[in-house]
Amino acid sequence: MTEHIEHIEVERQKPQVKHLWKVFWILLLITAVEFAIAFLISADNDFGKWLKISIFIILTFVKSFYIVGTFMHLKEEVKGLIWTVVLPVIFVIWFVAALVYFEGSYIGSVR
Amino acid sequence: MSSHTSSTPDNLLWKGGIQPMKVGYGKLMMWIFLLSDTFTFSALLISYGLVRYSFPTFKDMNPGQSIKDFTFSPEWWPTPERVFEAVPFLHGLSLPLVFVGIMTFILIFSSVTMVLAVEAGHRMDKADVEKWMLWTILGGFTFLGSQAWEWSHFIHGTGGGGANLVYNEYGPPAFADFFFFITGFHGTHVLSGVVLNVLIFYNATNGVYQRRGHYDMVEKVGLYWHFVDLVWVFVFTFFYLV
Repeated sequence: MTEHIEHIEVERQKPQVKHLWKVFWILLLITAVEFAIAFLISADNDFGKWLKISIFIILTFVKSFYIVGTFMHLKEEVKGLIWTVVLPVIFVIWFVAALVYFEGSYIGSVR
Repeated sequence: MSSHTSSTPDNLLWKGGIQPMKVGYGKLMMWIFLLSDTFTFSALLISYGLVRYSFPTFKDMNPGQSIKDFTFSPEWWPTPERVFEAVPFLHGLSLPLVFVGIMTFILIFSSVTMVLAVEAGHRMDKADVEKWMLWTILGGFTFLGSQAWEWSHFIHGTGGGGANLVYNEYGPPAFADFFFFITGFHGTHVLSGVVLNVLIFYNATNGVYQRRGHYDMVEKVGLYWHFVDLVWVFVFTFFYLV
């Protein structure tokens, strides 16, 4: 890492923030949609309840793509770093899904 | 920081002396730490999901009734939107999930101001870094204060004796246990994130990073702050919405 002292008066560059604010509005919109779904779709029947849950989970993952990809700049990193972060997360999700699917039935006999 | 002008041949990439992933050691280790923290919060949320599912729901114990007739009881897991329907200064009004929605907005907004601080750091714009970091710190403190209010309101309860680790007027004690544990763990992360932000803000104001030639430290605490926001997004979904 090179360290250097900056004493030159650099002209203030213009901020490049348009796409950042765009992502903020996207996140806000998705959250608003989640709220709307929460109150508009009735959970009184099984289909409604699981529809809501699936939508919430999908939208939450969409939000995380934006936060991790743009806010944390992972999209702009080297492929190796991207996979270093993404692969373990995929494994965790698969891990949970597989456990719940294959072993999850025990939960009914806990109480 | 490292120059990206020359591309190292692949066989020399991992031989030392350069940055194989083109990021500094600190930033790489922050990512790895965030991965490990992801496992911690995943464990908490997964156990929450399983314990919650082990309890019957209101509809299971009262077949034929609609969700609208919901009441609290230790027999079944409560519906979060009935537990969290208070807003500060608006006593008595039933505003389900409104306050937690406001809290989510505050945290997401502070994430935006954080990434703007990082962007200002890329341009070596000290003034803008200070400005945006200050907004981020303010957002963090506001979120902490809001969470504190949620806790005190939850503990105090609405006439039924409140909720703590042993007794819960809203439903099974496990609900209160998980609420305190998960939001408590998250709140601790927010607190440590705010402390870090204050320290880095102090350094930035004193010109430490301007003299260093890069604002990488702002990026690193930025990563931590975004992670805290991300965890909240998941907690909010699985605890309050689902």
